[in-house]
Amino acid sequence: MSETTGGLKPKHQRLVLVVIALVVLVAAGLLAAYALRNQASYFYVPSQIVAEKPSPDRAVRLGGMVQEGSIETLEDGVTVSFVVGDGDATVPVRFVGILPDLFVENSGVVAEGRYQADGTFVADNLLAKHDENYVPRELQDMEQHQAADVYGETVEGT
Amino acid sequence: MIAEVGLAALWMAAALALGQMVCGALALREQGAEIGALTRPFAIVQGLLLAISFACLLYLFAITDLSTKLVVANSHVDKPMIFKVTGVWGNHEGSMLLWVTVMALAGALIAWLERRLPENTMQATLAAQGFVALGFFAFLLFSSNPFERLPTPAVSGVGLNPLLQDIGLAFHPPTLYIGYVGLSVAFSFVVGALVTRQVTPDFARAMRPWVLGAWVFLTLGITAGSYWAYYELGWGGYWFWDPVENASLMPWLAATALLHSVGVLAARDALRTWTVMLGVIAFSMSMLGTFLVRSGVLTSVHAFAVDPERGAFILALLVLYIGGSLALFALRAGSISEGERFTLASRESALVFNNVMLSAILGVVLLGTLYPLLAEAFNARVSVGPPYFNPVSAVFAVPMFLVLAVGPLLQWRKDRFSRIKTPVMISGAALVLALVGLGLFVDMSILALIGFALAIGLGVASLQPLWGRNLLRVPTATWGMVAAHFGVAVALFGIASEAALTEERLAALTPGESVVVGEWMVTLDGVEPRAGPNWTALEARILASYDGGAQRALAPQARTFTEPVQETTESALETRWNGQLYATLGNRLPDGRWQLRLWWKPFVTLIWFGGILIALGGALAIVGHLRVHLRRQSIERQIALRHGQELPA
Repeated sequence: MSETTGGLKPKHQRLVLVVIALVVLVAAGLLAAYALRNQASYFYVPSQIVAEKPSPDRAVRLGGMVQEGSIETLEDGVTVSFVVGDGDATVPVRFVGILPDLFVENSGVVAEGRYQADGTFVADNLLAKHDENYVPRELQDMEQHQAADVYGETVEGT
Repeated sequence: MIAEVGLAALWMAAALALGQMVCGALALREQGAEIGALTRPFAIVQGLLLAISFACLLYLFAITDLSTKLVVANSHVDKPMIFKVTGVWGNHEGSMLLWVTVMALAGALIAWLERRLPENTMQATLAAQGFVALGFFAFLLFSSNPFERLPTPAVSGVGLNPLLQDIGLAFHPPTLYIGYVGLSVAFSFVVGALVTRQVTPDFARAMRPWVLGAWVFLTLGITAGSYWAYYELGWGGYWFWDPVENASLMPWLAATALLHSVGVLAARDALRTWTVMLGVIAFSMSMLGTFLVRSGVLTSVHAFAVDPERGAFILALLVLYIGGSLALFALRAGSISEGERFTLASRESALVFNNVMLSAILGVVLLGTLYPLLAEAFNARVSVGPPYFNPVSAVFAVPMFLVLAVGPLLQWRKDRFSRIKTPVMISGAALVLALVGLGLFVDMSILALIGFALAIGLGVASLQPLWGRNLLRVPTATWGMVAAHFGVAVALFGIASEAALTEERLAALTPGESVVVGEWMVTLDGVEPRAGPNWTALEARILASYDGGAQRALAPQARTFTEPVQETTESALETRWNGQLYATLGNRLPDGRWQLRLWWKPFVTLIWFGGILIALGGALAIVGHLRVHLRRQSIERQIALRHGQELPA
C-alpha cells in the first residue's frame, strides 16, 4: 500500500489528503445536521406533546408550569407525581428522585425523560430554577411563544 | 486611592499596548528597524503595570473596600478570606482583568525570553499581541471598569454566588483563562509569521511551548470543571454538554489538533498552512467560548455573568480578530511553501488523520452548541442534549482512538505498515479479548462495551513506543506523549465504568434504617443542623460499610446561604481504590423519613485521574523540548567558544 502512494507525485498526494479531509468534514456536517433535525422536536410544551405523542423510546424534554396543588409524594417516599401545564393542555409527570431545591408550584420546570403510551411523562431528571437568576431559557417567554403558535394556527385555519 | 492607582496602571498599560502595536507595524517598513526595538520594553513594562493593577484589585477585595462598586456587588465583610480573594475573578470585571493581566504577563515573558525567531517576526508577533490586548483594554476601560467607585460607600456588600464559594470553582476559571490566553499568544505568533512570511520550523518551535502550556491548562481546567460539576451540583454527572462546558471543550479540541500539527512542523517541516489555520481556529474558539459564557445567549446552568451588551462587545472583537486574521491568511496562504513530503504510511499522515477527526468533532460540538441560537432566529425553541452529542461525536472519536494507537509506532516521512504488524496485533488482541470477555460475562450497553474494549486496547498500545527501549534514554518528550495517550485510555476506562457499572439507590429512611447499594451497606444515623460562616445547613450522618468492612462516615448537607439567600446541595463522597460512594440528602417527608440518593460508581475517579495524566504528559513534553533546546544552545556556545579560542592561535 505504501509503495503505491509513495509513487504519487507530491501534488497529487496533497490533493488526496485535502479530499479526504473535506470528505470527513462534510460527512461530519451532514451527520450532525441529520441528528439535529431529529432533535428539532426535542423540546415540547404540554400542548405539543399531547398533539404529537413522541414514542416512548425517545428521550425528550417537557417544559411548562407546575400546576397548583398537584405535587404528591407516593408511599415509597421517593416517587413524586405532579402535573405540568401550559394553559392549553396538561400532562401528568412521574419522577423518582430528589426534587430540585427550587421546585415549587406555579413555577417553571423542564423535565427530561420519556412520554409513555398511557399519556404520562416519566422524568429521569428535573431542571428547575437553579438559582434566583436562572430561568430555563425555553420557558422565559412561554406566553408570547404560545400566543405566536395560536396565532399561527388561526391563520392556517382560515 | 488604591482603586485609582489600579485604574491608572490599566490606562498606562493600554497606552503601551497601542504603542507596541504601532511600533511593531512601523518596523515592518525597512527604515523602521530601530522603532521596532521598542516593542520588547513596551511589552515588559505593560506586564508589570498589569501586575500592579491586578494587585490593587486583590487588595481592595482583601480589605473589603466598600466604596468600590465591584467589591460591594460581589463580596461581603463576613466572607472567609479565601473566597474574598477568589471573588476577585468570580465576576465579570475581575475575570476580564485577570484575562488581560495573564495576557500581558505572557507578552512580557515572550519579549524577555524569546530569541529564536528573526527579529522582524518577533516584532510583528508583539504588534499582533498588542492589537489583541488593545481590544480587551477597550472592553475593560469602556464597559467593565473593575475600579469604579460608588457615590456613597455601602454598609456590607451583597456577597458572592454561593455556587462560586467552592474551592474547586475558585481555581478552575483562572486555569481555563490561562489556557485561553496561551492560545491568544499562539495566535499572535501565527499572525507575526504570516505578516513576515516566515512560517518555518523555527516559528513552530517558538510557538510550541505556548500551545503546549495553553493545552495543559485547558486540560486541567476542563478536568477540574468536570469534577466540580460532579460533586457540587449534586447531580452525580461529570459532563452535561452544557454550552459553557462546550465553550471550554471546543478550544481544547482545536488546541489538541494544533499541538500535534505544530509538532509536525517543528520536527519535519510539513503541514505549514494547516498549522497556521489551526492557530487561527484555536484562538477563535477561545474567543467564541468567552462570548458564549459572557453574553448569556445560550441556556446554561453555568452562565453566571450575563449581559447582552457585553456580549455584543465581545462579538465585535470576535468578528474583528477572526475576520482580520482569516483575511490575512487568505492573502498569504498561497505564499506559504509546501514543506517536506510524506507518504500514507507515516507518522505525519497519522497526525493529519487525528487532526481531521478532531476538527470533525469540533464541528459537531460547534453545530450542536450554536444550533439552538440558529433555531431561535427562526422562532423555534430547541435544546440540544446528550442524545445528539454522545453518538455523533463517538462516530469520529472511535476511529481517532484507533489511529492514536497506531500512529506513534510509525516512523516519520515513510514507513511500511508491515513493520509495525506485531505491536498492532498485540493491542488488537487486547481489544478483541476485552470485547469478547466483557460482552459474554458482563451485562452492559454496546456503547459502554466499545468504550471498555477501546480503553484496554489503547492502554496497551499507548505503552508500546516504550517497548524494547532503554527506559533511561527515552527522551522526556516521548514520555510525555506516552503519559498523555495512556491518560486518554485511563479516562475512557473511567467513562465506560461510570456508564456501565454505576448502581443507584434512592431511599426514604427513618434514622437507624439501612439500605444496600452495590457492595455497600448504608445506614442513616441521623440528621442535624449545622452552621457555617455564612450558611446554615441540615447535615445527615451516614455510616457506610463496604462488603462488611469497617464503617465510614459521610455527611451530605443541604445548605442555605444567607447573603444572598440560596440553597445548595453538598454531596458527600467516600473514595476507595475501586470507586466512589456518592451520597446526597433530599427532603424530609411529612412522616419523618429523609430522602437519600446513593450512587456506587466503580472506577469513576479514573476519569479525572486520566485528565491529570494527559495534562502531565503535556507538561513533560514542554520540559523535554526545553531541555533539548538548552542543550543545543550550550553545544552551539561551546563550538563558538572553541572557534574563538582557536582563531587567535
